Amino acid sequence: MTETLSGAQAIIRSLELLGVDTVFGLPGGAILPTYDPLMDSSKIRHILVRHEQGAGHAAEGYAAASGRLGVCIATSGPGATNLVTAIADAHMDSVPMLAITGQVNSHAIGTDAFQEADIVGITMPITKHSFLVTKAEDIPAVMASAIEIATTGRPGPVLVDVAKDAQNAKFEFSWPPTKEMTPGYKPVTDPHGKQVQAAAELILQSKKPILYVGGGVIRAGAHKELHKLAKLIGAPVTTTLMARGAYPDSDPQHLGMPGMHGTVPAVTGLQKADLLITLGARFDDRVTGDVKTFAKGAKVIHVDIDPAEIGKIRHADVPIVGDAKVVIAMLTQELEKQLKGKKYDISEWWSYLIGLKERYPLGYNDLDDGKLAPQYVIERIGQLSGPEAIYAAGVGQHQMWSAQFINYENPNTWLNSGGAGTMGYAVPAAMGAKVAMPEKLVWAIDGDGCFQMTNQELATCTINQIPIKVAIINNSSLGMVRQWQTLFYNKRYSNTDLHTGTDTQMVPDFVKLSDAYGCLAIRVEKVEEVDAAIKLAMETNDRPVVIDFIVGRDAMVWPMVPAGVSNDAVQYARDAAPIWDGEE
Amino acid sequence: MSQHVLSLLVEDKPGILTRVAALFARRGFNIESLAVGTTEVEGVSRMTVVVNLDGQPLEQVTKQLNKLVNVLKIVELEDDSSVARDHMLVKVRTDASTRSQVLEAVTLFRARVIDVVSDSVVIEVTGDSAKCKAFIKVLEPFGIKELVQSGAIAISRGSKSMSEKVLK
Repeated sequence: MTETLSGAQAIIRSLELLGVDTVFGLPGGAILPTYDPLMDSSKIRHILVRHEQGAGHAAEGYAAASGRLGVCIATSGPGATNLVTAIADAHMDSVPMLAITGQVNSHAIGTDAFQEADIVGITMPITKHSFLVTKAEDIPAVMASAIEIATTGRPGPVLVDVAKDAQNAKFEFSWPPTKEMTPGYKPVTDPHGKQVQAAAELILQSKKPILYVGGGVIRAGAHKELHKLAKLIGAPVTTTLMARGAYPDSDPQHLGMPGMHGTVPAVTGLQKADLLITLGARFDDRVTGDVKTFAKGAKVIHVDIDPAEIGKIRHADVPIVGDAKVVIAMLTQELEKQLKGKKYDISEWWSYLIGLKERYPLGYNDLDDGKLAPQYVIERIGQLSGPEAIYAAGVGQHQMWSAQFINYENPNTWLNSGGAGTMGYAVPAAMGAKVAMPEKLVWAIDGDGCFQMTNQELATCTINQIPIKVAIINNSSLGMVRQWQTLFYNKRYSNTDLHTGTDTQMVPDFVKLSDAYGCLAIRVEKVEEVDAAIKLAMETNDRPVVIDFIVGRDAMVWPMVPAGVSNDAVQYARDAAPIWDGEE
Repeated sequence: MSQHVLSLLVEDKPGILTRVAALFARRGFNIESLAVGTTEVEGVSRMTVVVNLDGQPLEQVTKQLNKLVNVLKIVELEDDSSVARDHMLVKVRTDASTRSQVLEAVTLFRARVIDVVSDSVVIEVTGDSAKCKAFIKVLEPFGIKELVQSGAIAISRGSKSMSEKVLK
């Protein structure tokens, strides 16, 4: 059965047939044809953003919170280039995202036409794949293929750029599409049995194993399998910034987050291990520090769905290409088989690690200037909101504190820009998450710098009744940059003062600004006001809430491994390296 | 630094050359030469890429290339089981006194003269890169006015075809 449709109608119909229920976008000249049938769709909710970057991050937040595909739409030229940051972000963090952009008429491509930009060319290095569509009849197959590529294998962003005349042309639409657009795309999901067997043998030979868990476990939905594996072998677990929530923080086997601002037990556990059981992680420089001295005595099992990640930074003794969910389940089964009911004993390793946990718990101090400690604010948000809530952070100190001082028990509850480090991610990502999971409490924990990059989406939230909660951790500065200036640039604070604190010019006044956007806006300066404000925010669901927490600017993120330095040099607090026993 | 010859079957789609070349550029891989053309199969192009690398990164190169959706297959063509040829056109200065020496070199290298004027000749030569380099060396004393070279193209020895399994 075929039906005569325009290319534009085919875009909408294909999205509906592929199960897309929400798109974030902003119309313009070259995408106008597609916005017309979109108006009539009863299956797709379009949320009109105020800036295309907001649409991109909202699609990411939608995807990261739900595990489903996030979709954003923009027009050609600047509309499309405004998506670039979000596309790059999704690429770094393996977020399944479809970006649809309008393009000028096909005969005008290459003529420097009005609002023309070569967005396929611009995004080539930051997409998993991209399509330029100049014929209406290619649309169904391209849409199906784009979504397949975005959501399978290692997920990532796919761009579909559609010329305006292809949107307007009529053709005979049929479903499912028969034309194969991408014969070269064949992700491997099932591992080699022999490799799994070898991994199990290596685990049982090791005395100091550690599970190095990355964001791939969350993307694969493999948290239950991970839990079963961890319980079977009793090994310590570390969850990277991208993997917070993949393993419950409340579990005693959890050592916390590794890396530049990781816990001492997690950082040191990796350094001293004799085996890294690496699951969906990619040896990012923020985790390894100086690679040459990272976990020097350890063998490596590396499980990843992307073959190119294996051996990219660190040699893998046992490489396993496959879907984390499948591999971890098989590995657990294989270990059960090899153990034959015997217990795998690593109690000596644990007595060392427990010592570290007791001596070096995460903590923070009150500030000399009597201002609110930012860590306290974030900790209370986590405690009062609980592990069912979703937390999206921007980038910087508040992001690290949110990763450290909120307890995550569930996957897809911690959203952040890990790889790209995109300031401005939090508000639109929280918006997208709230749209995907309307029954969940969704917090954006943001900095005063980040907030000023994308706060225009508060208008989108208010108009579309998306009642997110925003906590601005307002230290009146670009806090992480300032921390580095404190530590490495002799306290020369070059261009990090933002003048948003209550003892400054307060430009802008976040309470007035948020009020203007139709939000409930609250300012908190004292410890005793913190809980009441958080509770009021949680009770208010008829509009977004913004709390401007005025915090001290001298608080720093600890522990810390300075950039490019060996993880052996982790500092628990300023000038306080952990004291190692004996020859350690 | 070691040289490797990679043969890529790719979909003949707009932008594929950019995708491959840009990947090399952004990952810091070093291209010695790149040649691209159609194949026996419609819609499929073949690229021969000569890369200058060491053992470990070659695996990274092929893995990263494999991630490009339009790349269908990659094989490394080893020296002893494949043949590689460069094609070169060279314009050499000649006069009555040197022409015969140049023509002698042409014969020795099994090259061909394809254009002659009073003060120069254009010579075509095919061969592996060592032969082309040697030929250039021989011609240099006469004065090379212009030189253009294709990248290497390469194919495996024996009856097996690279495209057999990929393209049903």
